[in-house]
Amino acid sequence: MQDLLWLVIAFPLAGAVFLHFFGRRIGEPRAGFLATLAVAGSFLVSLAAALPFFGGAAEANRLTLWDWMPSIGASFELHWDPLAALMALVVTGVGSLIHLYAIGYMHGDPRFTRFFVYMNLFVASMLTLVLAGNFAMLFVGWELVGLCSYLLISFWFTLPSAAAAGKKAFIVNRIGDVGFMVALMIIFGAFHTLSFTGVLDRAAEVLDPGVATAIALLLLLGAAGKSAQIPLYVWLPDAMEGPTPVSALIHAATMVTAGVYVIARSAAIFEISPIAGPVVATVGALTAFVAATIALAQTDIKRVLAYSTISQLGYMFLAVGAAGHVAGVFHLMTHAFFKALLFLGAGSVIHGLQNHQDMRLMGGLRKHMPVTAATMAIGTLAIAGVPPLAGFWSKDEILGVAFERGGWFGFLWVIGLVTALITAFYMTRQFVLVFLGEPRWPDGIHPHESPRLMTIPLVALAALSVVGGFVNTPFRLGLEHFLEPSFHGVELAHPSENIGIFILLAALSVGAGLAGAAAAFLAYNRPAQLWEKFENSFGKIWGWWQKGYGVDDAYGAVVVVPGRKLAESAAFRFDLGVVDGLVNGVGKAVRGLAARLRPIQNGLVRSYGLLFAAGVVAVVTWMLARGA
Amino acid sequence: MSLVVTPGWYMTLAAILFVIGAVGMLTRRNALVMFMCIELMLNAVNLTFIAAGSALGSLDGQLAVFFVLVVAAAEVVVGLAIIVAIFRRRQSASVDELADMKG
Repeated sequence: MQDLLWLVIAFPLAGAVFLHFFGRRIGEPRAGFLATLAVAGSFLVSLAAALPFFGGAAEANRLTLWDWMPSIGASFELHWDPLAALMALVVTGVGSLIHLYAIGYMHGDPRFTRFFVYMNLFVASMLTLVLAGNFAMLFVGWELVGLCSYLLISFWFTLPSAAAAGKKAFIVNRIGDVGFMVALMIIFGAFHTLSFTGVLDRAAEVLDPGVATAIALLLLLGAAGKSAQIPLYVWLPDAMEGPTPVSALIHAATMVTAGVYVIARSAAIFEISPIAGPVVATVGALTAFVAATIALAQTDIKRVLAYSTISQLGYMFLAVGAAGHVAGVFHLMTHAFFKALLFLGAGSVIHGLQNHQDMRLMGGLRKHMPVTAATMAIGTLAIAGVPPLAGFWSKDEILGVAFERGGWFGFLWVIGLVTALITAFYMTRQFVLVFLGEPRWPDGIHPHESPRLMTIPLVALAALSVVGGFVNTPFRLGLEHFLEPSFHGVELAHPSENIGIFILLAALSVGAGLAGAAAAFLAYNRPAQLWEKFENSFGKIWGWWQKGYGVDDAYGAVVVVPGRKLAESAAFRFDLGVVDGLVNGVGKAVRGLAARLRPIQNGLVRSYGLLFAAGVVAVVTWMLARGA
Repeated sequence: MSLVVTPGWYMTLAAILFVIGAVGMLTRRNALVMFMCIELMLNAVNLTFIAAGSALGSLDGQLAVFFVLVVAAAEVVVGLAIIVAIFRRRQSASVDELADMKG
């Protein structure tokens, strides 16, 4: 079965190619179903190939498809171990549900088939990333998902905001990619290969802490770009300009977790550096906290979820930074379930409200969209960390790891706990504003429940959000054992095995979550004037949160404006003045000279004859004079 | 005193012919006349060649004259054709009017 592993990538890739050429011919909605089938087929192959791992097989499988750059240990080879298998299952599983949903969501769009070309291409790229057997191929996938992200954010490119958001995502990611590339060069310099087996198995003997720190921090820069962490998170909120299924698949469930995946994959390198882990964890915790506070004050239903995604990714970074790689990957998985659910729910709301996204104009939708409301409620509870839903188990494991490590990580644990409270608050705020209370939407809009095609994925994801956490509870460490072979030789951090400490920590975080949820419920489940007054009572800080601490403005002032000035002076001063000036100057000089010489050619043959005769006389005179 | 015709006489005659040709070339504006002036200058040169050759007892002068004659014949063919064509088109052979390509 594992010889057929290449089918995992080939299915969606073939789907993309086929739809590119024949998509218009087979039309809507068949193109969408075909794309969904491609991803679902990929899921089935992954599942079949992952079966040995469920049975406890520890051997990683390597399948070399063809040589690419053998001299640097980079061929097209697939690395199939439990970590890759889990990622592939999440990508294809959640991916096929989102594809199915998108058939309903994108209904009637003039570029319906084009959308599914990009979506399939994205899935193929993401699978290339997670199945890569060396850093070079991983980088190929890394760039391809960035490209697909760009194409899909600016899918509605006639909107200037969507086009700008696509560019922003691409350029900000470029900054991270530079770090990533330099990291690859250092790795190659140290190991003379980029193959995972060649690098990760020998990391301990080859790398000294200094080099390991350099590699780790540069990888972190790349991961921070892709996974939207401080200081490169600014592109993700703007990425909400894309269609909602894109936000769910790329900017919540899969692509943005690539950074977490890379750090988990490179655990052997991060482990050697004494400071890389704490730095990663600190970046994660700070991002989690900052993004959560910004999410508090957002009014756009999708922007709340975008900042929430940044915040949850921060948790994952906190986990992998604290060497709790299993906890990080676990949260990656559960987050994929409930955040995809929340985004698809938000998409369903937007769909039902004829493209309104402002939560201040919602309210009372529970009666009109019962399925969406029920599934969104599950998603909200899951992300708020209410047991026994998925988010509770994974978030608690992360906090447990941080607490167990103690010291600086203990401080980060406090931040994580406070963030849990804020998370519960803003998610409950969102739910109440959208589904409870009085209707506030303008006249002429008639909200309706979304079609079956959209609600079925919602229900499936809701089910996963309920049960997804049970794969790794302190009582039964299923995922831990499953992933163990992937972290062979890496010292993993675990939460305390003391059940008393677990209960204490769980009580604390659940308490924080419930407190946040209850506070938000009390604050927002009342007439609009009252909660508006509540928000205004925060004064200036609310405004700061609302515009994300002005980070975009600051980046604009520090980077964008000087950059634009430089470009303008290069274009309008240097190019127009100096370069064009030189060229025009040469032309002008020649024209000037020609203007003086031109009268000589007056068209009178006799004057030419006279000149000729004068010339002859002059030459002869000169010759005679010389001869004399 | 007998009149001895020395090469100097021929040279003098050739010089006079050449000057007539050159002055005609510079002063007349009829293309056909200018053409004749050119022929006059060419033949003045021919005369010089022959005289010098005879004086030096060499055939080289006569050899050069053959070349000049051949070139002149070819030139006449092309030149007359052009002049006739221009005349047919413009009903005039004045070179001063042919200044369409002045700078």
